[in-house]
Amino acid sequence: MKKISFILNGEKRSTYVEPNNLLVDVLREKLGMHSIKYACGRGDCGACTVLLNGKGVRSCIILAIEADGQEILTVEGLSKDKLTSLQESFIDHGSFQCGFCAPGMIMSATELLEKNPNPTEEEVKEGLSGNLCRCTGYTPIIKAVLDVEKRDVDKK
Amino acid sequence: MEEFKFIGKSVKRLDEKEKVTGAAKYVDDIDFGPNLLYAEIIESPHSHALIKSIDTSKAEKMEGVVKVVTGKDFPYKFGLYMKDRYIFAQDRVRFVGEQVAAVIARDPRTAQKAAKLVKVEYEPLQPVFDPIEALKEDAVIIHPDLGNYPHVPWFFPKGGTNITHRLKLRKGNADKGFKDADFILKDTYRVPRYAHCCLETHIAVGLLDYSGRLTIWASTQSPYTQRNLFADALAPLGFSHKDIRVIAPYVGGGFGGKAGVTMEIVAAALATTVKGHPVKVMWRRDQEFYNTYMRQQVVTNIKVGVKKDGTITAFEMANYWDAGPYAEYGANVVNASGLSATGPYRIPNVTIDSYCIYTNLPAAGPYRGFGYSEMSFSVESHMTRIANAIGMDQAEFRRKNGIKEGDSVAYGAPMNPNGLLEAIDKVADEIEWGKKEESKDPNKAIGKGLSIFWKAPAMPPNVTTSAFIKFNEDGSLNILVSGMELGQGYLTVMAQVAAEILTVPIEKIRVELPDTDRNPYHWQTVASHVTWASGNAVKRASLEMRDKMFEVVHAAYHYDKDSLYLEDEKVKCKLHSSFELPLRDFVINGIETKDGTYRGGAIVGSGSFMPEYTSAKQNPETSQGGHPNVHYTVGAGAVKIEVDKQTGKIRVLKAVEAVDAGKAINPRNVEHQIIGGLLQGLATVLYEDMRFDENGKILNPNFTDYKIPTFLDIPDEIVPIIVEVPQPDGPFGARGIAEHTMIPAAPIIANAVEDAIGIRVKTMPVTAEKIAMAVADNKKEVDDFLMIMKK
Ligand code: FES
Ligand code: FES
Repeated sequence: MKKISFILNGEKRSTYVEPNNLLVDVLREKLGMHSIKYACGRGDCGACTVLLNGKGVRSCIILAIEADGQEILTVEGLSKDKLTSLQESFIDHGSFQCGFCAPGMIMSATELLEKNPNPTEEEVKEGLSGNLCRCTGYTPIIKAVLDVEKRDVDKK
Repeated sequence: MEEFKFIGKSVKRLDEKEKVTGAAKYVDDIDFGPNLLYAEIIESPHSHALIKSIDTSKAEKMEGVVKVVTGKDFPYKFGLYMKDRYIFAQDRVRFVGEQVAAVIARDPRTAQKAAKLVKVEYEPLQPVFDPIEALKEDAVIIHPDLGNYPHVPWFFPKGGTNITHRLKLRKGNADKGFKDADFILKDTYRVPRYAHCCLETHIAVGLLDYSGRLTIWASTQSPYTQRNLFADALAPLGFSHKDIRVIAPYVGGGFGGKAGVTMEIVAAALATTVKGHPVKVMWRRDQEFYNTYMRQQVVTNIKVGVKKDGTITAFEMANYWDAGPYAEYGANVVNASGLSATGPYRIPNVTIDSYCIYTNLPAAGPYRGFGYSEMSFSVESHMTRIANAIGMDQAEFRRKNGIKEGDSVAYGAPMNPNGLLEAIDKVADEIEWGKKEESKDPNKAIGKGLSIFWKAPAMPPNVTTSAFIKFNEDGSLNILVSGMELGQGYLTVMAQVAAEILTVPIEKIRVELPDTDRNPYHWQTVASHVTWASGNAVKRASLEMRDKMFEVVHAAYHYDKDSLYLEDEKVKCKLHSSFELPLRDFVINGIETKDGTYRGGAIVGSGSFMPEYTSAKQNPETSQGGHPNVHYTVGAGAVKIEVDKQTGKIRVLKAVEAVDAGKAINPRNVEHQIIGGLLQGLATVLYEDMRFDENGKILNPNFTDYKIPTFLDIPDEIVPIIVEVPQPDGPFGARGIAEHTMIPAAPIIANAVEDAIGIRVKTMPVTAEKIAMAVADNKKEVDDFLMIMKK
């Protein structure tokens, strides 16, 4: 067992892990971050996406010890105070159905908008293409992401 | 037209906030405490073999192992419509991946290690993978005891063969119909297996507590059906229904794959061996492919006769379905789709034979569309070819033969009111049917395809559902139902139904996910019937509450009950315009009268619904005489594609689908079903391609090799269209639409490919590879089919 520490959703957290523990398991089971979903275990679907130092990673294929000293953001972190305008946009558009892809999708979209606050439809598709959704046909998700930019401008 | 306040409005989804904040709990998100145990399954490496011996001694000795369970511990069969499946394999295994034994351990890793130590000795038997081969005289018999299996009365298994059910339908006189025809086309189509690929894999946790109560948390479409089947299969252990509780939190996709019971029974059974400890059984992605249900493969021979003017005179069809080795659910897919296999056409003379056949591929069963998606490929490809052959426009051909209200369907019952013609016209308009388009790129050709569809809920005739509703002190509502929110928007729609009647706004309504201890009975969330059936139950419960409120007001104020009405969360009176009593003022604590006594009490409502006109009593030789289906939902789809003339690569430029929702209670949810369902259907024809090795082992049970669509694979444009011809017994006229949206997808692509480059592909999927090969070989028809890979 090795002790690792990191900033999780803005809070300092530490825990003990085995060297072969996956980040997804440690975050879900030891730190209660149940928003993170596990759906393939091999990096194919994006359901387990979290942001590590602002960059989207598949927590099912990286080891927990790699997160030592880093900063991790999950959907729980986004939802603490008020929701982000991306989350609001998803609600307004009724984007998700079963919702199992939603947390991973939201983290990938958060990263996308962080890097490119004004993406084109093609850029949204490209940017989220690592996240699978079996229910929605993707279109309602694309619409919500494109709308975030608009609504932020409207607010100003 | 009646003005509605909540019905027909795209109100926000009730579940969306939980889902975008990560608050929504799925089974694996529930904390089961430090006593939780984990199961690992020992699976058969053979597709067909006798089990000679199982040695569990080494595994049992391993530290951290609590128990090793084999078929000996649970010699019980289970199944929804037929009992042909075992909790664990008994004397033989019938597919690669079948559960033979399980190790229960304190942590997953120990369970996995110990599972490797369980030694099973097999004697391999000859397997059979092709449904046609399995029908041959000398074929190996997969269930020697088939003749003794209990089943519903409308199944006709044939002991001593691999035929688990045969549906026979005879209407009119097909021979005469073909004599009357000016043109007859006969051909064979083939549709392979597909996988649901719900993002959440199957998971169930079972707990037998020290008092002897069994609780199962499951990712399921069918909490009550599961409870019933658990009670039935585990009857020797002496459970009464009240001692079993099924809790169904959010589900990460179902699509039919989480209907009935599959692996959940393993969790229920294992729990009974380790009292006081919850046991988790969770499928990995590869297990999800081979040990739940797949969609069945089907070989279809079809022959259709028409007159010169396009009138269909006769229809003959034989379907050979590959159900895998367990057909307890799959046989009903065969039955339901067999009854309706003509598609939505008016045909006087019909002969249909549908065979449900055991094979040694993994068990197959329901998948969105319930046989209609599979049938649609052959029927709608064939109808297009016939229209083209007699020189008639395809849309016109469908308008001419499309079924209308009152026409008799293949089993003789009258067709319900429907908007089929309107759907055809709307999609034809939207896709600019008849307008030939040229690609700007000379290497590419543009083609258009069209297809119509129908589907009825496949249910036993006495399926029932119920609802409880209760007021809270502030006049907000909790609705308790046991339909499942699979993502289709069920919770929201139930809230809209109650809101409309009780005038309580959506924001003040919660709809609770199923828990069989608390929420009232609902059969299962399948067949796209919950908006209609559960909607009716919620409507009845709401009306009961309204009447109770009027009674209380009458008791307190002596106003005539008939003069009372609800508006904006208040009781008002037509005769006393100044009277208005907010619901929150009396729905819990009653109304105080002049003498200081009170009238009323907590207002609750209950309602149940069962169709009272259905019957499964048709003649087994003809399928005439019964009324197996409540109603059909119809629609049409069309597509415009661009095909690369050399590589065969297809790009979907535009896809259109119209569906007759009766009344779209939440139009946006309906549109979202169309968009999602259409892509799921397009995936089966364009991308997904399942392969097995020559031993019947699936070769691509993952998302790298079994390619489901990503953001980059969607049509350039999708246009969802809602048609509304009310369903007389639907809540506010509504009927279900969710499964239907997938049905037209495969044939519209095949039809468009032919329109673009003159090549008819008669086997799914319609891949670039098949088209390119046909181009290279100068072939006009493709019947290549590859699912089993030979070495
Ligand atoms: S679960 Fe990590 S990518 Fe699928
Ligand atoms: S909403 Fe179900 S997987 Fe995306």
